[in-house]
Amino acid sequence: MYPASFEYVAPTTLDDAFAHLDAHGDDGKVLAGGQSLIPLMKLRFAAPAVLVDINHVADLGDTIATGDDGVVIGARVRHRDCERSEHLKGRYAALGRAAPQISDPIVRNHGTLCGSLAHADPQGDWASVLLAAGAEATIRGPGGASRTSSIDDLLTGPFMTTLEPNELITEVRVPDPGPRASGTYLKLERKIGDFATVGVAVQVSLSNGTIGRAGIALTGVGPTNMRARAAEEALAGRAPDDDAIREAAKLAAEAAEPRDDVRGTVDFKRSVVRVYTERGLRQAVAEAQAGQEG
Amino acid sequence: MATTVGDSTHTSQVTVTVNGQERSAQVETRLLLAHFLRQTLGLTGTHIGCDTTSCGACTVLVDGVPTKSCTMFAVQADGRAITTVEGLAQGAQLHAIQDGFHQEHGLQCGFCTPGMMLTSVAFLAENPNPTDEEIRWALSGNVCRCTGYQNIVKAVKHAAATLAEGGA
Repeated sequence: MYPASFEYVAPTTLDDAFAHLDAHGDDGKVLAGGQSLIPLMKLRFAAPAVLVDINHVADLGDTIATGDDGVVIGARVRHRDCERSEHLKGRYAALGRAAPQISDPIVRNHGTLCGSLAHADPQGDWASVLLAAGAEATIRGPGGASRTSSIDDLLTGPFMTTLEPNELITEVRVPDPGPRASGTYLKLERKIGDFATVGVAVQVSLSNGTIGRAGIALTGVGPTNMRARAAEEALAGRAPDDDAIREAAKLAAEAAEPRDDVRGTVDFKRSVVRVYTERGLRQAVAEAQAGQEG
Repeated sequence: MATTVGDSTHTSQVTVTVNGQERSAQVETRLLLAHFLRQTLGLTGTHIGCDTTSCGACTVLVDGVPTKSCTMFAVQADGRAITTVEGLAQGAQLHAIQDGFHQEHGLQCGFCTPGMMLTSVAFLAENPNPTDEEIRWALSGNVCRCTGYQNIVKAVKHAAATLAEGGA
C-alpha cells in the first residue's frame, strides 16, 4: 500500500516546527511515532500534504521526570519508555501498567504517549489512564503561545481534539495523587495488538481512611475515552468498602455507551466494564491502603 | 537530507548504513522503508506480510531498535544504521540466532523468520537469559502461521545459550 505523495520536513527546533505547522495549516500533520498515522496514510484515510517530523526536535522531552507536583512525560517519550520507567510505579502504577498493554512490543518502540493522546482514537488506551489520573496536557503553538488543558477538555470526539493545526502537545503532566494512592488499567483484547474490546482505568487516593479522589475512565465504549463521573462521585468521601466499590462499578457500567461490533455485544461490554471497574478498584484500594510505593 | 518539491511527486535523498555499508538513493518521499530495502537496495530478505503494522514480518533494526519497516518512511531512516536479516551472518558463519532457528527447527515456511530473528537479536542483547514467558512476550509483535511458536521459543533459548558461551 502506498500513501499519497507528501513533503517531509524534519525540524530540529520547536520554533521551526511551529513555523512549518503554521505555514501549512490543515495540510500539515505532525509525525511522532507514526504507528497510527502511517497506517492511516497507507489506507489513504489521511493524506497530509506536509509531514512535520518532530523526532529531531531537541526541545521536546524524551524523558519521564518526577517533580514536586507530579510526573512529566515529554512529547518524544515512547510507550516502551513508559513500560520500563521507575517513575511510573507505586502511586503512578496505572501508567506503568497500561504501557505494556498497548499494541505490541515493536509498535511500542516508536509510538508516543503524547502522539496517542493527540490522535484521540476512542479505542486508544492512554487517554483513559490520563483521564483517571487527572492529567493535563501542555499545548504550545507559534510565537511562544502556551496553554494547558485537562484531558476531558482536550477530547471533543472520535479522532477530534481542541488542538489547532499549528499546535503541539509538548508534554503531559500527571498530578501527584499523594502517598496513599494507586491505580491500574485493565484491558480486554482478543489478541495482542488488537484494540481494546473494553478498557477500564482507575486511580484512587485515600485520605484518613476514606476515598479522597477516585478517577475512573473507560476505553472502547463511547465516542471518546470517557470518564465515569457518577461512579467517581459515588466514591468520593466514602469508606472504600465492598458496597462503595460495587455501587461505583454499577454506575460505571451504566455510564458506558458501547456498541455491538465484532468484539462483542452491548450487554457483554457493559458487563466487562462493571467487572473490570470492581476488580480495578479493589486492587487500587488495597495497594493504596498498604501505602504501596513499589 | 534534501527534499525536492515537485509538481506532484516529492522526492528525498536518503542515506543509510545498511548492515555496515553506506547506501544512498534519491527516492520518492512516500517510499516506505520496507520497499526501500527490498526494491531500491535489492535486500529482499525483509518480508512484507500484512502491510498493516500487525504481523512483524518486515521487522528490521533501526539503530538497534526493532522497527516495522512497513510503518516507517525511508526518509525517516536517513542518517541511521539499519540491520536486516542479510546482516546477521558473517560470511559462512551463521549468527547465533540463525543457528538456533536451524538447530531447533524454528521455522517451517520461513516467511516470518527474518522478523522473528531481528526482534530476538535485540531482545537477547537486553535480556541474555530469558524465560520462555519472556521470549513469548518479546515476540508478541511477530506472528507465525506455521510453527505454533514452540520451536521458535526453543530457537531463541538455543541462541541465548550459544551467546552465553561466547559464540557468535
